[in-house]
Amino acid sequence: MNIQGIKAIYFHEMDRMRRTIFQSILSPLISTSLYFVVFGAAIGSRISEVSGVNYGSFIVPGMIMLTLLTQSISNSSFGIYFPKFTGTIYEILAAPLSSFEIILGFVGAAATKSLIIGLIIIGTAGFFVDLYIMHPFIMLFLLVLTSITFSLFGFIIGYWADNFEKLQLIPILIISPLVFLGGSFYSIDMLPEFWQKVSLLNPVLYLVSGFRWSFYEISDVSIYVSLITIFSILIICIAIIIFSFSKGYKIKN
Amino acid sequence: MENFISIQNLSKIYSNKFTALDKIDLNIKKGEIFALLGPNGAGKTTLINIICGIVTPTSGNVLVNEFNIIDDYRKTRSLIGIVPQELTLEAFETVFNNVNYSRGLYGKKPNNKYIESLLKELSLWDKKNNKLRELSGGMKRRVLIAKALSHEPQILFLDEPTASVDVELRIDMWKIIKKLKSNGVTIILTTHYIEEAEEIADRVGIINNGKIILIDQKDKLIKKLGKKKLIIHLESKINKIPNSLMKYKIEIDDSKNKLTFFYDKINNNTSITTLLQKIREENIVIKDINTEESSLEEIFVNIVKGSNDEYSRY
Ligand SMILES: Nc1ncnc2c1ncn2[C@@H]1O[C@H](COP(=O)(O)OP(=O)(O)OP(=O)(O)O)[C@@H](O)[C@H]1O
Ligand SMILES: [Mg+2]
Repeated sequence: MNIQGIKAIYFHEMDRMRRTIFQSILSPLISTSLYFVVFGAAIGSRISEVSGVNYGSFIVPGMIMLTLLTQSISNSSFGIYFPKFTGTIYEILAAPLSSFEIILGFVGAAATKSLIIGLIIIGTAGFFVDLYIMHPFIMLFLLVLTSITFSLFGFIIGYWADNFEKLQLIPILIISPLVFLGGSFYSIDMLPEFWQKVSLLNPVLYLVSGFRWSFYEISDVSIYVSLITIFSILIICIAIIIFSFSKGYKIKN
Repeated sequence: MENFISIQNLSKIYSNKFTALDKIDLNIKKGEIFALLGPNGAGKTTLINIICGIVTPTSGNVLVNEFNIIDDYRKTRSLIGIVPQELTLEAFETVFNNVNYSRGLYGKKPNNKYIESLLKELSLWDKKNNKLRELSGGMKRRVLIAKALSHEPQILFLDEPTASVDVELRIDMWKIIKKLKSNGVTIILTTHYIEEAEEIADRVGIINNGKIILIDQKDKLIKKLGKKKLIIHLESKINKIPNSLMKYKIEIDDSKNKLTFFYDKINNNTSITTLLQKIREENIVIKDINTEESSLEEIFVNIVKGSNDEYSRY
């Protein structure tokens, strides 16, 4: 195992975040604050409570999930796509590193960034609304698991993408709609019955529901179903990676 | 000396079905400087990239220090450093950090002393805290060399190290390469410049259309294929080559007062003596004589032309 090599990739990636601290941390922070103003203050004044929880507090877990998902995917996909684009990938390919070690470095760094951002948002949310976390360990566990899973997902996208359009395609076309329709800002009880059924097809709903449960013990679906969902996504991502690497490393030609 | 790098029957067909390498056999010895010469698109970069693990081969074997580059990639890659053809560097990282990063990728613990001596040797030490994008092209090339040497490799690949580099820097580069050789590093470089191969290489390989068409010691190559020219300047013009001289390989130039005689180095000089005698017998007065040797460049052009002709026959 080339531990030094994994560390090199990991800290190199973390360094990139430090250099672009404004984009990396401030931009998700600003957009979250805007959500609070728009959804929390404007809409929240009309909806006082959802399932016994103040609306401002209700949307916090969903918002964190939303940010975690988009950040994990974009950090990780960009992280591996960027060296392919500039050509600096040559030294990673020429180094005595296995595919597994390369993934560990990139995905580890992307997941760490997401985790940091997630924790910052929780901290920020505390300024705007009353926040309480009933199951802090499960909350943290889900935070870590989601970061890793979607960083892995982002790695797959960045690794298959051979141009910037493809890099953006899946996040814009699939992830954004799923995230916005995933119950971040509402409980599916509020929807007509037909749309409740449709919503249950959306895996993001299960993530948001589980995460919200760790805060307030309220959920659209059982916490176990949420856990199974996230583990399934993780396993699917790992399977895709194993499959595509066994078919030949596409970064190489 | 045993072969440090051994390439056997190596072929590469890219995904677009293009055959970039066609059954290459090549051996590199420890400690030598090997120059790979060939026109654009010959397959030089492809060959180097396969040995380094950047491109996957389609078939054939490559052994480095007797280890297979696929099965024992950790062992082979640890021995190798590569300086790519393009100036591919990140923009915002500092010189020192970026060189350190390369060392880390190869699994080596940080060694600031070594990196310091490396940067000093490459005249980069005063730029150590500069961002990479603040460097000139020549400095970037040297950073790439520092990165390639950061893990103390025994083999260094230089893919066109002096492309788009000014004369002074090229001579600098040659010095660096010779110094590395004296430190025991085996060096494989590709180049378009014959003079470069002539200047620094021990052996030269010529590649064209994905095939190695010639490998030899540099001086042997020049000896074997080099034609010498004897140029005879005449006191007065002559209209045509006299019949008695026709059997010699002689050309007369447009000014009609210069004869060029081609001869092989391997054949000794008796033919020159008899030729000069014949000229005297024809009462042609010689003003001056000089000889010219064909450079690797001419040899190279001839060989590549030859192999292209052969290629187009099929
Ligand atoms: N990724 C690729 N896919 C398809 N064909 C490729 C690829 N890379 C290189 N080739 C083709 O393979 C051939 C050899 O390319 P290579 O880069 O090895 O040449 P080279 O000898 O290094 O040339 P140059 O002197 O211009 O650097 C070229 O015809 C090139 O077009
Ligand atoms: Mg090339």
